[in-house]
Amino acid sequence: MRRIDTSAVIPVIRQLCIEACQQLSSNVTDALRDARAREESPLCQEILAMLLENAAFASENHLACCQDTGMTVVLLEIGQEVCWEGMPLYDAVNEGVRQGYRDGYLRKSVVDDPLLRKNTGDNTPAMIHVDIVPGDKVTITILPKGAGSENMSALYMLTPADGVQGVKKAVLEAVERAGGKPCPPIVVGIGLGGTMDKAAFLSKKALLREIGARNPKPHLAALEQELLEEINKTGIGALGMGGTVTALDVHIEAFSTHIACLPLAINLQCHAYRHACATI
Amino acid sequence: MKVTLPLTREVLESVQIGDVLELTGDIYTARDAAHARLYEAICKGEKLPLDLKGKIIFYCGPCPAGPGRVIGPLGPTTSARMDPYMEAMFQQGMVAAIGKGDRAPYVAELCKKYKGLYLLGVGGAAALCANAVKEVEEIAYPDLGTESIKRYYVEDFKVIVGIDTQGRTIQEENIPKYRKR
Repeated sequence: MRRIDTSAVIPVIRQLCIEACQQLSSNVTDALRDARAREESPLCQEILAMLLENAAFASENHLACCQDTGMTVVLLEIGQEVCWEGMPLYDAVNEGVRQGYRDGYLRKSVVDDPLLRKNTGDNTPAMIHVDIVPGDKVTITILPKGAGSENMSALYMLTPADGVQGVKKAVLEAVERAGGKPCPPIVVGIGLGGTMDKAAFLSKKALLREIGARNPKPHLAALEQELLEEINKTGIGALGMGGTVTALDVHIEAFSTHIACLPLAINLQCHAYRHACATI
Repeated sequence: MKVTLPLTREVLESVQIGDVLELTGDIYTARDAAHARLYEAICKGEKLPLDLKGKIIFYCGPCPAGPGRVIGPLGPTTSARMDPYMEAMFQQGMVAAIGKGDRAPYVAELCKKYKGLYLLGVGGAAALCANAVKEVEEIAYPDLGTESIKRYYVEDFKVIVGIDTQGRTIQEENIPKYRKR
């Protein structure tokens, strides 16, 4: 058993929030550079060049690369040998978010009630997901999720008869309907299987994988590749201005499902493909 | 093309989709919550906290300013959410809106009817975008935080004409050129 005081997560989360919002990883800037090289539209080439310049400027000057610093999605992978002490864990997570958004001059984009809509002023509460894993470590991942792309997400409760064709049709439909709104070039996170809620969570988790990395299952890896090629034939282009690079990647995460079900969740992510991770 | 604000009728009606404009002058931020309040005031016939005549509205909620900066990173938000307010804003005298993404087809009709423009900012180039803002003044609704109405004095603020006064739309004309399915 490893005892950890919950307050230990506060400075870690504070730092991860700032890092995720200010620093695009080389995996993302490489993908944007590659997109610029492949893009056929001169206007989209110019936009991609500007996004690269912006990423470098933000990182050098410790500024958020996009003003929508999102709702803070926090994934906690907690080793089952960890025994927590101190303040409630969720309070500590929210305190870390509060400090990160204050000290990083990040935007506070959360309202307290979906209908009454008063800004909470500190970007809390975070969207917290917990997974219990073997071992005595805690891995914390922060994903600041902007609303332009989140709003374009979709859920389809397909049936087994819809099959892989139904999946392809729905994904293309969601991407085309979204057009320029989610700030393409996008990463498409797909959750396939499970129940409605499981599919939705998997589609979010799919947005943590590196651009260019494929699902280990060959049939899903092939589907990712095929969807990526089809999406890039839509002509939407960077910011929907018309071009040949609409998506940087497609990631599918799948899970077992019911004999009557084929849930499909599609979570879109803008070109600011931000996340940061640390282990304590 | 360099443009000094306010926009003249001549500039408004001569620019076309795809034209890149570098704006110098005052623009005013308003997004979801500020639009909801303005619209409520318009419906009740109340006096608005700013005269919209000849103004450019920027759909934007900035990050707070860090030390030594007038404003934090900022950029356009998705315009489609403001579609339902567009006609009322034009009727109040707004001449152009800056945002990102495509809009409902009726917005193009409104641009034609009221001889107004929809301008596209570069979504997600927020750190660079903030450099163009030289002066910031809060005009109304300070309780809305990032969503309050602010005046920005901008220099060479780059935007692309998305819908022109003939009702032409950049996405509608450009996307089919690159479509391969």
